[in-house]
Amino acid sequence: MISPLEFLQDLTDPDLAFLRKAVLVAVMSSVVCGVVGCHVVLRGMAFMGDAVAHAVFPGLAVAFLLQGSLVVGGVVAGVVTAVLVALFSQGRRLREDTVIGVFFVAAFALGIVIVSRAPGYTGTLEQFLFGSVAGVVDEDLYVVGAVGSGLLLVALLLHKEIVAVSLDREMARSARLPVLALDLVLYVMVTVAVVISVQTIGNVLVLALLITPAATARLLTDRLGPMMLVAPLVGSASAVVGVYLSWALDLPTGGAIVLVATVAFLVAWCLAPRHGLVARGRGASAGRRDVEQDQPFVGVPGRSGAVTGP
Amino acid sequence: MTTPAVRLDRVSVDLGGRPVLRDVALDLYRGELVALLGPNGAGKTTLLRTVLGLLRPRTGTVAVDGEVGYVPQRHEFAWDYPVSVEGAVLSGRVRRIGWFRQAGVADHQAVRAALDRVRMTHLRTRPVGELSGGQRQRVLVARALALDPQVLLLDEPFTGLDVPSQDHLTELFVELAAERAVLMTTHDLVAAVHTCTRLCLLDGSVVALGTPDELHDPAPWMRTFGASPTSPLLRALGLVPQEAL
Repeated sequence: MISPLEFLQDLTDPDLAFLRKAVLVAVMSSVVCGVVGCHVVLRGMAFMGDAVAHAVFPGLAVAFLLQGSLVVGGVVAGVVTAVLVALFSQGRRLREDTVIGVFFVAAFALGIVIVSRAPGYTGTLEQFLFGSVAGVVDEDLYVVGAVGSGLLLVALLLHKEIVAVSLDREMARSARLPVLALDLVLYVMVTVAVVISVQTIGNVLVLALLITPAATARLLTDRLGPMMLVAPLVGSASAVVGVYLSWALDLPTGGAIVLVATVAFLVAWCLAPRHGLVARGRGASAGRRDVEQDQPFVGVPGRSGAVTGP
Repeated sequence: MTTPAVRLDRVSVDLGGRPVLRDVALDLYRGELVALLGPNGAGKTTLLRTVLGLLRPRTGTVAVDGEVGYVPQRHEFAWDYPVSVEGAVLSGRVRRIGWFRQAGVADHQAVRAALDRVRMTHLRTRPVGELSGGQRQRVLVARALALDPQVLLLDEPFTGLDVPSQDHLTELFVELAAERAVLMTTHDLVAAVHTCTRLCLLDGSVVALGTPDELHDPAPWMRTFGASPTSPLLRALGLVPQEAL
């Protein structure tokens, strides 16, 4: 097994440019997914995230067949599914999660059928589903960088409105916020975050990049601002360590990244200040501490990174 | 009297094709604390949502003079969200702050004033998830006050609260009603009779409307709540039907 130092050398090796690109794409994806994932986790829409992740599959398949842009194909499919879910769950007869259950599996099935028509589909399918460090080209870097930056900008511009809807839909409606439109914006954000992450981490596992770092961050802080910094950090650290393990031990990239992120989550669950297993075990209920001291958690992802590293 | 802060004129509202409110006429004036009383399904929340403009009346008109502050039921709010008391109150001003803009000095001043008003300033940095039920209710009231509304609509503010919390909130509502019109739905009839300036008995339409003193006849109470002449409700309210004497 190569050491982390050798891994760093490999990253700078001109012959291994694809590895560097893979790490860059994985880190950029993690940052975007971390920020969007905070909204997903806090609104309890993990299932919707899962649905969108699967729903982009037919779009990616069609884009692949037509040699078109994966990002465009995926976003179109994801948005169409999200809109279908929003429309079909307007009535009272079916709950939203039921409608999601119908459409995301249908979209995924459509993707499998489409891909099966392509010559030599098995290799491609596996890459779609489980991700790969190979095959990241320069163009991908620019697309992911540009699209990701745009997404973060939208998240910043609409931050307080999206938060207001998450906090209290009834109040948001009474304040005349366009709740349905803001919901759709969030769905599209989830879709785009998923699409740009699919290449390295894969379609099946991309949900973890959206949910696990944000959930880890939630355990570590009671403030949204710090949470939105910690989640991308946890995601990025998991991505780098995951690609390293994948490279060193010849593991599937997506699987390695997700498992590292999961270890970070478990560590946070045990060691989180105040609410963690250890803190509770020490009888942390010894009085309410002052909330002003609520910020010092940003250093923790580094700690969890060290725990999960070699 | 002066012009009403809210005027409902023969308002009928349907929900999903089913008539919920019929011919409701109700004027609210500044300085009033009005209790909206009725059984479940009487249309209390529907009436509040109509005043807010969230529901369009089938017939009749709703006229509101000034800003309306809304305090929905406590369970509408995501109390597990990582936000401080201050942040929650500031979220009441999102629309006022405007798209693509950040909260300014005026916004933070309004938040501080609203928190002072509900006496929650000392807890302003606490995460909302760590508040008691009464404190949570105060946060929601402060959030509505952050817009300095002329009309305050409270939807079942006492539900699930203990007696001391209810009493403190009642004091606060009386205080707030001094400068604005406050309309509150509640199932705590006894407290409403003792603290509100007027009572509106609602069961699809307005059964009775007046000061507590004017509502001494048990008949409208019995009709609104489907209570029998021997119901403990009437005794608790100090209303004894003539025939039972």
